[in-house]
Parts: sequence; structure tokens; C-alpha cells
Amino acid sequence: MLQETRIVLRNVGEINPVSVEDYRKRGGYESLRKALTMPPEDVIAEIEKSRLRGRGGAGFPTARKWSFVLKAESEQKYVICNADEGEPGTNKDRIVLSNDPNSVFEGMAIAAWAVGADRGFLYLRFEYPYVFPILEQALQNARDAGCLGKNIFGTDFNFDITVVSGGGAYVCGEETALIESIEGNRGEPRFKPPYPGISGLYGKPTVVNNVETLANIPVIMDKGGEWFSKTGVPSCTGTKVFTLCGNIAQKGVFEYPMGTNLRDIFETHGGVKDNRDLRGFMLGGQSGNLINASQIDLPMDIDSCQQAESVLGTGTIMVIDDYTEILDIVENIMKFFIEESCGKCTPCREGNIRIYEVIQRINRGEGKMDDMILLEELAETMNIASLCGLGQNSSVAVITSMHNFREDYLKAIERGRRA
Amino acid sequence: MKTEFTAQTEITPQLEKKIVAIAERYHKEPHQLMRILLDIQKVTSNAIPREVAIVVSRVTGIPEAKLYGFVSFYAMISPAPRGKYVIRMCESAPCHVTGAVAVMESIIKTLGIQPGETSRDGRFTLEYCQCLGVCESSPAILVNDMIYKNLTPGRAATLIEDYMRGDVS
Repeated sequence: MLQETRIVLRNVGEINPVSVEDYRKRGGYESLRKALTMPPEDVIAEIEKSRLRGRGGAGFPTARKWSFVLKAESEQKYVICNADEGEPGTNKDRIVLSNDPNSVFEGMAIAAWAVGADRGFLYLRFEYPYVFPILEQALQNARDAGCLGKNIFGTDFNFDITVVSGGGAYVCGEETALIESIEGNRGEPRFKPPYPGISGLYGKPTVVNNVETLANIPVIMDKGGEWFSKTGVPSCTGTKVFTLCGNIAQKGVFEYPMGTNLRDIFETHGGVKDNRDLRGFMLGGQSGNLINASQIDLPMDIDSCQQAESVLGTGTIMVIDDYTEILDIVENIMKFFIEESCGKCTPCREGNIRIYEVIQRINRGEGKMDDMILLEELAETMNIASLCGLGQNSSVAVITSMHNFREDYLKAIERGRRA
Repeated sequence: MKTEFTAQTEITPQLEKKIVAIAERYHKEPHQLMRILLDIQKVTSNAIPREVAIVVSRVTGIPEAKLYGFVSFYAMISPAPRGKYVIRMCESAPCHVTGAVAVMESIIKTLGIQPGETSRDGRFTLEYCQCLGVCESSPAILVNDMIYKNLTPGRAATLIEDYMRGDVS
């Protein structure tokens, strides 16, 4: 049985979410106060010591991201919190925002001080309308207490946050699409470079960090980067907030050190629901991959997952029982990407539809062996030629399921041949 | 999208006043646009049809064509009128593997309309949507701003019947 290591979720269930007093009683905003006594370079150096990597899925070192923005010369800079948690099977950001919003605000304020920004935006996905009032109230309370707004803690540092809404577009989780959306445009990704650190919101240098990344920041500033780096594995420090969903006995959001074994997490939370058998997992969301039951001994950190041709992504662990057809899930996933493709680039707009058609054909028992090769080709083209992560990764579930559940494909094709 | 509810959105002076009041929050700040349109939807036919977009365009100075581009891009804003209650069934994988199909069948049967349709009385629009972000309590639906979790076909039918009777506002 595993015990949770709660860094990100440290205050969840312990405080009234909107109460700045509650948050401060547990040491809240002391990290910001401390940061404001330090030169920005030293704040970034502390984050660098922690070796914190972004928790939105890409795993980019947070300190490096911040240092680009610090070095960029501009009168105006921005900090954006990406709370467009759209990856199916991911609920962690909702848990943090609805239970401990101040930890995210404080993380944003520290980021703002470190890069020289005075304005922040929190982009909350549409699907969490009930989280809005919590954020607005918590923000107002934090302003009233002098923790946000003008002359924070009597210094000449100003920083305030505006909560903006998403409109139900998955692609807006991609940082440049998110920026377009805040600017009042259709959420279509931009060409990169330039990266947002150089030219982001309204063309100004912008930090874009995930909710979970930001919630780690106050703890790192409080206990030190050195302390933080001792949790997890050397290449991937700290904890990860995992969302357990699908056919698992105990669903929910749980925090474990990076590198924790998938089998241990699975067993700690009761294994497959209703004593059914395990078929496999969907890891990292719908842009993540499908692995089979024999691949369960997997250390859950960014690099170990990558080495095993898997992906940690947003920390989604969806359990699949033996009553569920893998091809049915793959078909469902591809339908998702057809709907969520923004249509800007051709490989993604057309490719997802073509893959979906082939999967449907195989699933209906009308597939041919050549279809497997066709799928590989389509996936490769999309991976190379798509503009953003959506098109580059939408076929990962197809490819990994063909490798890890090959017999399902062969059976479906064989069924068609006999009919 | 196919819809039985084809009534035009009539802009009465009262409605126009409400739309203008919300649109005036724009203050040339583009980041306000999404919330303004979402709020306007709440006082119109749960949509931003052309008649409404014309008013918004006049107040904000945003060209009507750009507004249409915006409205048609985002799943949660609709250029076509919708019912008073928009029922959204999550069809992403975590809900899918925990019984979403049976829940949706039950809702379709109870409401008597198909996904994408609006009931004849204009009260309900049924839609599929993607992940609602409550996968730890799947399957789930969103009815306007209310989330309902851990649904079974039976519980979903009871809930929809409550809405139909007007027991839930």
C-alpha cells in the first residue's frame, strides 16, 4: 500500500478554499513575501535547483522557461496559468483550483516577480463553470488582504490576475492556441518559433504554466529547491498528481512521487472494479497511449515512460477491464480528435478523419491487413507534418494499440475475412 | 446541426437592453469577449445567432464576421438557437468505458430527442460533448452550469424527468 506524498495537494481538504486567512495560517503567501526580498535571478536559480519540469504534459524545465522571459526586453510581460484541463481522464487541476486556488495565485505572483510581469491571466476551461465563483471570491479575498494587487506587502510590486473562460475547445490547452483565445480569436495554434517566452500574449513575452506546476512553486520557495529535488527521481523531481479513472475500484486524484510504479498505484487503489480482469491502461490521456496488462511494471515519470514508449503526459491512468473492446476505445479516441482538430493545418484536419475511417472499417470486420500499414503511414505523416501537439499526437493511441493489442486488430480483420 | 427549434431570436427592446449591458463590459479588452458571449447566451436562446451578433458588434466594434468566426469555433457557444437547458453528455473515453452509452440511451428515450436536437417546446437541447473533467465520477453530464456525476441509466432518467417536470430550475 502506497502513502500519498502531498506537495501540490498540501491544503486540499484542510482549508476553506476561498479563505486567504486559512491559506496564510498554513504558511501561504510567505513564499511570495520571501521572493520579493530576492533578485529575480535568485528566484529562478532556486527553481532551477528544484529541477521542476512542467506538469501540463510536455515536461519543459520551468526555470528555463522563466529565464527566457526574464531576459526578453519589454515594457509589458504576462503570466498565464493554463487551466484549460481538456485532456480526457485528467481532473487534477480542477481539484487544485477548487480546493486551494491561492497556491496557484501565489505561484503566478512569484513567476511574475521572477520575470518582471505585472498582469496575469488564468484561463479556465468552460466545463468547470462551478469553479469560477470560487476563483473570483478567492481572488477578491487575496486582494483585500494585500497579497495581490497594488504594492503587494508594502513593496512596489504590483500583480493582479484576471480569470478568463475557455469555450470548450480542447486545442486551447496548446499554449499558443490558448493565447489566441484570450486575445478574442478562434483558438488556432500559432507557428513556433517564436515561443510565447519571446512573443506571447499581445506579442509580449509571456510565461505559460500549468496549474499543477504553479502550485509547486510556493513550496519550492519555502523549503528550497534542494529539498524538492529529493522527492521523485533525479531526472524528474517532485510528485505527480495522478487521475485514476475508468474501470478501477477506487477512482480519484492522488499524488505520488515521480517514478512510482504503475502496479503499486493500481493495486493501492483496489485494482479492477468488480473483480474483473485487467486488459490494460490508457496513460497520459487520449493523446497518450494504450498499454496492455503485461506492461504494468512501469515507473511513472517523464523519462521512464518515454523509454518504455509510453507517456506520462498529464498523469492520467485509465484502467481498462476485459469487458471493454480496445478497438472500440480507439474509435472513440479518434472521434474525439476529429471534433477537436481546429482545422488550421491539413494533416490534422484530414488525417484524423482518414484514421477514423480505417479504424471503423477494421472494427466493422471489413478491414484488410494492408490497413495496418496505412494506419502507420497516416500516423507518421501527421506526426511529422502537423502544426501542433494535437495532430502530432492524436494517433499515438492507434499506433500503441496496434503494437500492444495486435491480436485485437488481427482478430477483427480475420473476422471480416471469414464473413 | 439539425434542430427542430427554428424560431428566430426576436430582439425585443428589453432583450436588447440586456445584451447591450453585458456587451458594454468589453471596454476594448479582447480577453473579455468569451465571458461576454457566454453571459449573453444566458439571456438569449442559449445562443449567439446573427440578430444578437449584430447588437454585440455595434457595441464592441468587433466586425460581425469575426464574431461569427469566434462563435462557430467554440463548442460551448452556438450560432443556432438552443433550448433553455442544454444537456451535454460526455463521450470521452473515461465515461465511455464506464457506461456512458447506456446513460445516453436512457436520456434519449426520456427526452424523446436525438443528440443535436432541441425539444419541440424549446426547453431542452441534447448534445454530446467531450471530457467534462470529472472522470473520477464518470459517467457525467452537464446541464447548463450544473454537473451530475456517477450516473446510471436509471438515475439519469429520474434526473431528466425532474427537469421535465420543472422540479429543478
